[in-house]
Amino acid sequence: MSTSLVKVRDLGVRFVTRDRTIHAVNGVNFDLDSGEVLCILGESGSGKSVTLRALMRLNPAARTVMTGTVEVGGHNIATTSEREMESIRGRVVSMIFQEPMTALDPVFTIGQQITETVIRHEGLSHAQAHKRALDLLELVQIPSAERRLAAYPHELSGGLRQRAMIAIALSCRPSLLLADEPTTALDATVQIQILLLLRRLQQEMGMGVIFVTHDLGVAGEIADRIAVMYGGRFVEEGSVRDVMRSALHPYTQGLLGATVHAGLRGRRLTTIRGAPPNLEHLPQGCAFAPRCDVAEPVCNLAVPPLNGSPAHRARCVRVPA
Amino acid sequence: MSATVAPALPREKTRDVPAGYWQGVRKRLLRDKVTLICAGLLLLILFAILAAPWISPHPPFQGSMIRRLKPIGFPGYPLGTDELGRDILTRLLFGGRLSWFLGITPVAIAFVIGGTLGVVAGFAGGWLNMLIMRVTDVFYAFPSVLLAVAISGALGAGIFNAILALTMVFIPPIIRVAETVTTGVRNLDYVESARASGSGAFTIVRVHVLPNVLGPIFVYATGLISVAMILASGLSFLGLGTRPPEPEWGLMLNTLRTAIYTQPVVAMLPGACIFVTSICFNLVSDGLRSAMDVRA
Amino acid sequence: MLLYLIRRILYAVPIALSVSLVCFMLVHIAPGDPINAILPPDAPADVVASVRAAYGLDKPLPIQFGLWLSHVVTGDLGRSLATGRDIWPDLAAALQNTLILAAASAGIGFSLGTVLGSLAGANVGTWIDRVCVGVAVAGVSVPHYWLGMVMVIIFSVTLNVLPAMGSSPDGAGGWALDWVHLRHLILPAVTLSVIPMGIVTRNVRGIVVEVLGQDFITTLRGKGLRRSGVIVHVLKNAAPNALAVMGLQLGYLMGGSILVETVFAWPGTGFLLNTAIFQRDIPVLQGTILVLAMFFVALNLGVDLLQTAIDPRMRRS
Repeated sequence: MSTSLVKVRDLGVRFVTRDRTIHAVNGVNFDLDSGEVLCILGESGSGKSVTLRALMRLNPAARTVMTGTVEVGGHNIATTSEREMESIRGRVVSMIFQEPMTALDPVFTIGQQITETVIRHEGLSHAQAHKRALDLLELVQIPSAERRLAAYPHELSGGLRQRAMIAIALSCRPSLLLADEPTTALDATVQIQILLLLRRLQQEMGMGVIFVTHDLGVAGEIADRIAVMYGGRFVEEGSVRDVMRSALHPYTQGLLGATVHAGLRGRRLTTIRGAPPNLEHLPQGCAFAPRCDVAEPVCNLAVPPLNGSPAHRARCVRVPA
Repeated sequence: MSATVAPALPREKTRDVPAGYWQGVRKRLLRDKVTLICAGLLLLILFAILAAPWISPHPPFQGSMIRRLKPIGFPGYPLGTDELGRDILTRLLFGGRLSWFLGITPVAIAFVIGGTLGVVAGFAGGWLNMLIMRVTDVFYAFPSVLLAVAISGALGAGIFNAILALTMVFIPPIIRVAETVTTGVRNLDYVESARASGSGAFTIVRVHVLPNVLGPIFVYATGLISVAMILASGLSFLGLGTRPPEPEWGLMLNTLRTAIYTQPVVAMLPGACIFVTSICFNLVSDGLRSAMDVRA
Repeated sequence: MLLYLIRRILYAVPIALSVSLVCFMLVHIAPGDPINAILPPDAPADVVASVRAAYGLDKPLPIQFGLWLSHVVTGDLGRSLATGRDIWPDLAAALQNTLILAAASAGIGFSLGTVLGSLAGANVGTWIDRVCVGVAVAGVSVPHYWLGMVMVIIFSVTLNVLPAMGSSPDGAGGWALDWVHLRHLILPAVTLSVIPMGIVTRNVRGIVVEVLGQDFITTLRGKGLRRSGVIVHVLKNAAPNALAVMGLQLGYLMGGSILVETVFAWPGTGFLLNTAIFQRDIPVLQGTILVLAMFFVALNLGVDLLQTAIDPRMRRS
């Protein structure tokens, strides 16, 4: 009986408005241990960010319908009261975002945005909170920290902003960190720095990390395990090595074929034809079948189960069970 | 071989007004009960005031010294009589014609003049934009009521002067809205590309700019009708618009002020008419705005 | 920042000049010889001649404007046709009364509007939103001169609890912060406050909705801030734009009080204007409008500067 940090069973998320219902997440299962890094890989609209937000119950409450169970650090996220949820967010689990410019409040200083978090969760005095904020900026390697505390987000560079964002997220030493494409909006050189920083902090603090990205290279850099998401479902799961070397699902294979990396010099890049599925009306069978070159009639009958070994499996009829 | 299933057609996203746009607008309007009720009420009022000469129980100017200030429900005078013994219902019906005329005409004229100037300023840019917008700024430096009172106060009472004053009040805000919207459309990628591919300015305005800017300007102008009716009646209330004995809601309200001690309910009727009309115009404008998805 | 300040202040100068030009032109768009608009018809010939010379009425318009401006900047707004008295002292007294009325209305309208607008914005799409928006629409749609009469009928005629006319019981004017004077202020102030209430509600709702839709709100909730903590952030983000709306509305209150002042015989600038219109006293009309418009220009400048001062995003550029 393992006590995993995160336990997700049959998670479904729908957005319901008067005009339509969007089926964003359709039955996701996974576990995450402390100190483990899981990468969720997928295109925009695959449901990866929604899954991440569901772990903190941050999807817009009024039009979100959540099904299944989610446990984070022993808390049942679906049934917890909003008040309890507020004390879990930022303390047990916290999140960093893609675009630090818009994810930080533009009219509060970096220092204020860090200290309000630690004051909120740990009841520190203002002086203690200020000291903690200084330590945190040093932890995320922001130079001249004292001066940066008094700066507004727009006064920092993109890389420094994302470091500040990380400092806020780590300010109460959470056991789970959710990262929603935290390097996508950054320059390539800064990307690598942020990834290395995250990797180091994750190891030092022993956090579990769920890292969402559409970039295979980034996933390979930071992950222990990879889950590929398509049409609101995990279509392939496995270790970084297995997924990168011997992808099972045609979609994953397509992603690998469409990615530029050194090993491909001299070979032709391939593309995946067609467009992502319409989440209003998902097909009855495999959501990827309409774009799949090797699809068979059986693919359209029902959603295939995850076939293969528990260590590396995929939702494809071509993978032996 | 790939399967025989046709892939789901990707849904196209463009920033231009899509083909089904007006169908969507109609669908949203038909579902908006408040807007529909208000529009119906406005049509009813419009019909009643247009038909005033045929449905009014009395001639609008015929007074009677012995039948002054009768209450609501007085035999033959369902809404009572005014301070000169004239039938209130009749005068409300006839008065609505002038009030509506005074409310809508200035906005309509300002829509044409201000819309043209604003689109020109937004599309031309440069010194022409500078000139038009700086002059607009000057008129913006007056609170609207004050500007209306100043102009019609200097010109003197009269319907024509009131319309002139109100038109002057509404041109600057319409110019501003038209300029902002046009500048926004002008900088959209597809207009840039039309320009790059050598389309003439006139063609670009006609094909790309006007269809996208007229809606927002129109919606904004409909919102001004309510203000215009209140202001127009307000001018008459001050003795600046319509002159007695012509019936007009604001003027009637003014002359009935003396009656608030004897017949308060009758004295309030003209104002209630202004209120109902103005609130309906406001709600219809809001409904149009959200149905057409126009950002203010 | 300093550069912006200087530019903004310098930009107000041509606006102020153009505004005074428009006011100057009022005399000239009035039908007939401008001299008839400035002097009573029975003025002696030597007075007519001296005024003609003083304002250069026989000279081209630009020179006339310069002469008029040189009088105006020294506080000489001319004389009233109706009373023959200097305009400025009467106008100053009226201005004070209008300021009191506008401030009271702003206090009521802005606080109600902020509360209703925030409530609506935080509960978009619910019945709370619909009620608040409904109140706002009613506020901007009501002819306030009519509302004033309704209030008089209810509170003065029927209930007889509040006075219907004037700013003080003796009618002598003057003002003091006591119940006797406050009683006179209540009805006109409440009546005048419905429009700013409606407009502030609509705008604050829009601003709050926009702020709540921004990404950083998710960050704040993700940090575990309570509702009250998030509200602090929303308010600080909404403040600059909300203040700008309120500043404009204060100006509209000053310039738009004419109808309410007429209904309640409140001895302010609006009442002065109404009397001037009634007596076709163009110099008083011109002077009052000039002073009110200048006040509005100054207010706009003040709001812009204040907005820049409290918004860190604008402080840099």
